[in-house]
Amino acid sequence: MLAKGEKMNTARIREKVAFTVLGLITLLVVLPIVLTIVYMIKNGAGAVTWEFLTQSPRNGMKEGGIFPAIVGTIILIIGTMLFSLPLGILSAIYLVEYAKDNLFTRLIKLSVVNLSGIPSIVYGLFGFTLFVMVLKFGTSILAGSLTLAIMSLPVVITATKEALESVPASFREISLSLGATKWQTIRYCVLPYSIPGILTGTVLSLSRAAGETAPILFTVAAFYLPRLPRSVFDQVMALPYHLYVISTQVPNMPAKLSFATGLVLIGLVFLMNLVSIILRAHYRKKRQW
Amino acid sequence: MAKKVSEYVIEACIKLSGLVVIIFVVSIFLFLLKDSLSLFGVHSVRDFLFGTRWLPISEPPKFGVIPLFLGSLYVTLGAIILCVPVGIGAAMFIAEVAPQYLKNILKSLIEILAAIPSVVLGFIGIVWLGPFLRETLGLKTGMCGLTGSLLLAFMALPTVISISEDAIISVPKTYREAAFGLGATRWQTLWRIILPASSSGIIAAVMLGIGRVIGETMVVMMVTGNSPVIPKSLLLPLRTLTATVAGEMGETVSGSEHYFALFAVGLILFIITFIINLIADVCLRRARK
Repeated sequence: MLAKGEKMNTARIREKVAFTVLGLITLLVVLPIVLTIVYMIKNGAGAVTWEFLTQSPRNGMKEGGIFPAIVGTIILIIGTMLFSLPLGILSAIYLVEYAKDNLFTRLIKLSVVNLSGIPSIVYGLFGFTLFVMVLKFGTSILAGSLTLAIMSLPVVITATKEALESVPASFREISLSLGATKWQTIRYCVLPYSIPGILTGTVLSLSRAAGETAPILFTVAAFYLPRLPRSVFDQVMALPYHLYVISTQVPNMPAKLSFATGLVLIGLVFLMNLVSIILRAHYRKKRQW
Repeated sequence: MAKKVSEYVIEACIKLSGLVVIIFVVSIFLFLLKDSLSLFGVHSVRDFLFGTRWLPISEPPKFGVIPLFLGSLYVTLGAIILCVPVGIGAAMFIAEVAPQYLKNILKSLIEILAAIPSVVLGFIGIVWLGPFLRETLGLKTGMCGLTGSLLLAFMALPTVISISEDAIISVPKTYREAAFGLGATRWQTLWRIILPASSSGIIAAVMLGIGRVIGETMVVMMVTGNSPVIPKSLLLPLRTLTATVAGEMGETVSGSEHYFALFAVGLILFIITFIINLIADVCLRRARK
């Protein structure tokens, strides 16, 4: 009896030790995240002024602001959305509502899996050959948006798929039993309930696209272009590429401005994530099934 | 009942979108293959795959991919060795040990990490981590494989943690109840029952983490020193497959041997990540059963 009690005791002690170690490991993950954010804010916040946000870079980018880069990134986000949203949502509708278990469906699923794994620089190469060279869009907003859109497709498709699947089958059955066609059912009984979920995933995918550098390297990004674009065939500056340029290609760059640029980029991406989180919370509260 | 014309149109669009996704994957592959084959018309496949020197602008140029491949391999191995134990440990803590309020905080922090653009982490590598490692380890330069591995390990954490956590959570409740019923502690249950039961999902998490690390471009281009020689150690500058494409593409003449060689590097990246994602997908599907 005593021996058994002791054994139990060592098991309890072991549990304590193991859980403490797991806690420390988790701290090892969490601490650098907090430090990264604090580090960027501490070094960059002072330089994020109204002038910095609204003026063009001057004097070989060592002075002035990042206005063209902010505008460029926002244009690319909108461009990406215009292409990836309809295509992604329609593909997901196909997969959830129409697809039968056949070769075609399996190929689409396999393609989505693989699109999500292709390195961003390979998207850059592809976008460069197809959009810049073959289709002759040149290094342009159009080429960059299309490249980013293809890269974001798997995220949009997966998020939409999950949103559609979370609508109970009974909604569809009732609609169909009342004589609605398949598309009417999707349009009026499935999509309205999955829109918030779709938006959540889409905003998240766009925030990722906004922070990407590799796909826009050869498709749209301009090294230094202190004016706003006039058409979709113009190049633009973009925040992530601008940060890359000033932190590696510009000698004697004031560190303050690099930190501030990084902070604005993080801020933009977090803002989009926040929108996505709020949408998700709102959606969960409203859901009634 | 006759369907309306608009309904035919929309259903055609939906099916077409599914097809377009497949077309993208196939065309990415074909474009890479086409340009790679242009290289192999003038340059032997063997010299490319097994060549130990990457000298694109010497006369005659040498396009041996081994130094770049080893660069990627070293950095990836370094990152995975650091990231996997920490990531799985943190996933265990979040899934099984942390109380609900802590769980929410930890998950939000990890989402924040996932949202930080890689170019920002590269920047931190340049201004802080690189110099820090140089001083503490007494290196010639902080721009080396280790700096890359550390940052990539950090970047891959959200992928490894969230997928491992899903795998741990989705182990059926009955497993836990049976173990507790037999008098096992929570730790014994977690270590001997739940972890083995979720191994497929955890392997998938590791594979996707590897895929993310191999494909990452900006961080490695900014912090690993860009030296395309066979790396003797992680403490020396090296260069990965991705960084080579991103760094040299802007300097090549379209249609030159060098240009095609970069596409061949892209093709290798595509094939590697394709295989990794396929394995991860198979594991995930097994885990779901």
